[in-house]
Amino acid sequence: MAEAGTLRPGLKGLLTARRGRGGKRHWTDWFAYLYLLLGVVLMFGPVVWLTLSSFKTPAGLVEFPPTMLPLGQIAVEVEGHDKPLPLYRVTMEDGTTRELAQIRRIGIISQMVDPAAPGETLKVPIAQREPVREFRMAWENYRDPLERFDFVKYFWNSVIVTAVATIITLLINSMAAYALSIYEFRGRNAIMLLVIGTLMIPITVILVPVYLVVTQLNMVNTLWAVILPGAATPTGVFLLRQYMLTIPRDLIDAARMDKASEWSIYWRVVMPLAMPAIAVLAIFSVMWRWNEFLWPLIVLNRSEVYTLQVGLNAFQGELDVQWHYILAMTVVTLIPVVLVFAFLQRFITTGIANAGMK
Amino acid sequence: MTATLKERAATLAALPVEFLFRALETPLAFVQRLVGVRGMPWVFLLPNLAFFGIFVVIPLFINFAFSLTGGTALYPSDRVYAGTEQYAFLFDCENFADPITCREDRFWKGIYNTAVFIFFQVSFLVLFSLVTALVLNMKIRARGFFRAVFFFPVLLSPVVVALIWKWILLRDGLLNAFLVSLGLDKILFFVSPEWAMFWAIFVSIWAHMGFYTLILLAGLQAIPPDLYEAAEVDGTSRERVFFRITLPLLWPNLLVVIVLALIKGVQIFDEVFVLTGGGPGTATQFIVQYIYNTAFTQQVQNFGLAAAASVVLGTVLFVLTLTQLAVTRKRDNG
Repeated sequence: MAEAGTLRPGLKGLLTARRGRGGKRHWTDWFAYLYLLLGVVLMFGPVVWLTLSSFKTPAGLVEFPPTMLPLGQIAVEVEGHDKPLPLYRVTMEDGTTRELAQIRRIGIISQMVDPAAPGETLKVPIAQREPVREFRMAWENYRDPLERFDFVKYFWNSVIVTAVATIITLLINSMAAYALSIYEFRGRNAIMLLVIGTLMIPITVILVPVYLVVTQLNMVNTLWAVILPGAATPTGVFLLRQYMLTIPRDLIDAARMDKASEWSIYWRVVMPLAMPAIAVLAIFSVMWRWNEFLWPLIVLNRSEVYTLQVGLNAFQGELDVQWHYILAMTVVTLIPVVLVFAFLQRFITTGIANAGMK
Repeated sequence: MTATLKERAATLAALPVEFLFRALETPLAFVQRLVGVRGMPWVFLLPNLAFFGIFVVIPLFINFAFSLTGGTALYPSDRVYAGTEQYAFLFDCENFADPITCREDRFWKGIYNTAVFIFFQVSFLVLFSLVTALVLNMKIRARGFFRAVFFFPVLLSPVVVALIWKWILLRDGLLNAFLVSLGLDKILFFVSPEWAMFWAIFVSIWAHMGFYTLILLAGLQAIPPDLYEAAEVDGTSRERVFFRITLPLLWPNLLVVIVLALIKGVQIFDEVFVLTGGGPGTATQFIVQYIYNTAFTQQVQNFGLAAAASVVLGTVLFVLTLTQLAVTRKRDNG
């Protein structure tokens, strides 16, 4: 690095922009790319594996060692047989291999037929045959649970919880933030202290009493029990207030001159200006609600009110775990999150970097 | 991000709310006439404070009350006053370092497990977040892509995270297939207490690393570039630059990250509960799961004991959060 610096002292800017390009590669450069490569494998790999596995048949899933891609055995139409027959690659006595279709299997002997010459039947020991397979996705893993189980119900419960809770959160949090940022009034600091104080009390600390409150309000096993307790987020109030403090006072004074009511100043003047912060809070609220687990697990005990997360957990806890359905439904649960991330990544990352919230 | 996408997202989020706003205009104009402009902030605060009150502040007091009562009834009026009995029961230990000597050994096992968990989880979480942030802050190609790669697990639900990894770690899973292909034996990861704890730590780091990486990355990018330029002109080695410039200037952010990770770590439950169910035995049962089990899954629901345990947990979190506030304030004031 030092040599390059003395060689081209005038090109300081260029050198800092492409450090290491001109001179020797520093060990950290190699390390960086190795680390990133490993990162891609370790972070993406599991999700890719989940998605690939979710398209495998139950038989394909229990295979060990597992195949990379979802495969299905090829079946062929053979003259003289009503149903398509499964195709095998058979090692014959003389060492040659032929592709034969199996008619039936008796013990360790398989009766086979050559699709090209359907007249002749061959008897082959099953150890000498191997299924011929092609890439095939088992869409029934997705279709069946959606048709036969309550997963559509769980999905809708999650959608309702997420949507209603986010609307309530945005409304009451922005109102509180408006009051705390636009007005000077006695008790404002005390309220701010309360907001920061509630920041310290996560639901994990007050599980029992909140359960009592929810029971008293007769909300156990209703979606309200999930929606309401977390609606007033201190993080949301804090974030929105910080943003609203930057809105010029002149705008509000001008609106008051025009005899606008306080409510219309709030939603016609301040809310539109606070939209960037509202959007960040909306995204976070959607994430929080969609992924919430412990609290719904406690207050939702009947399967018709399960959210996706609770339903998925109940499903994987069953004695006879049906992995082919679980994997497919995990992918379904993941899709909305991936979509939100793909489109709104910038909002999320700046939200975290600025507010340090999650 | 283009402006149109931003606008579209914002409009979409605001649509249902806007309908509400219009509907509320007349009633609130009436309220304003009643209380005057000076009363309006309280009107705006009312719904949020009501929620805080009902679901946070009142429960906090009920929690204390609960922890001082016994019996199995849920309604406070049906419960019997027990004084500090629940706390005495929790803290009845011959040797606090050894959970088996405690009367409520599950509680101490939970604390012990949580301590082991946060020690390793927080150290490696911070270490890997720091390394990732440093690498992402270098002049690398496709930085946005790589940042997304490390960040996206943060958004996955704990249940999804746990299921993804459970599927890999099963007896006939991908990892065991890999071990067998190397000529090694299969490992039953969820039967061995050590392996279960290892994967609990690993999976929670995998899921949360991106969040802390982002905070550290923001901290790195706030370091004035001319410091680095000056160091380069002087021909300072990269190692020296890291220890003399980067680390000292990043230290406040690093502290914030450590405390935040501690706060989250103490409350660990979701991923591990789905991944290991707390097992094998109680090898990965943490404090929150102890509270959950004691109050909600036992035959005899012991709300008093659970409340007492949450008061203990709450105290720990209170101290940690005060530390966080102090550390954050120090960072933001420079």
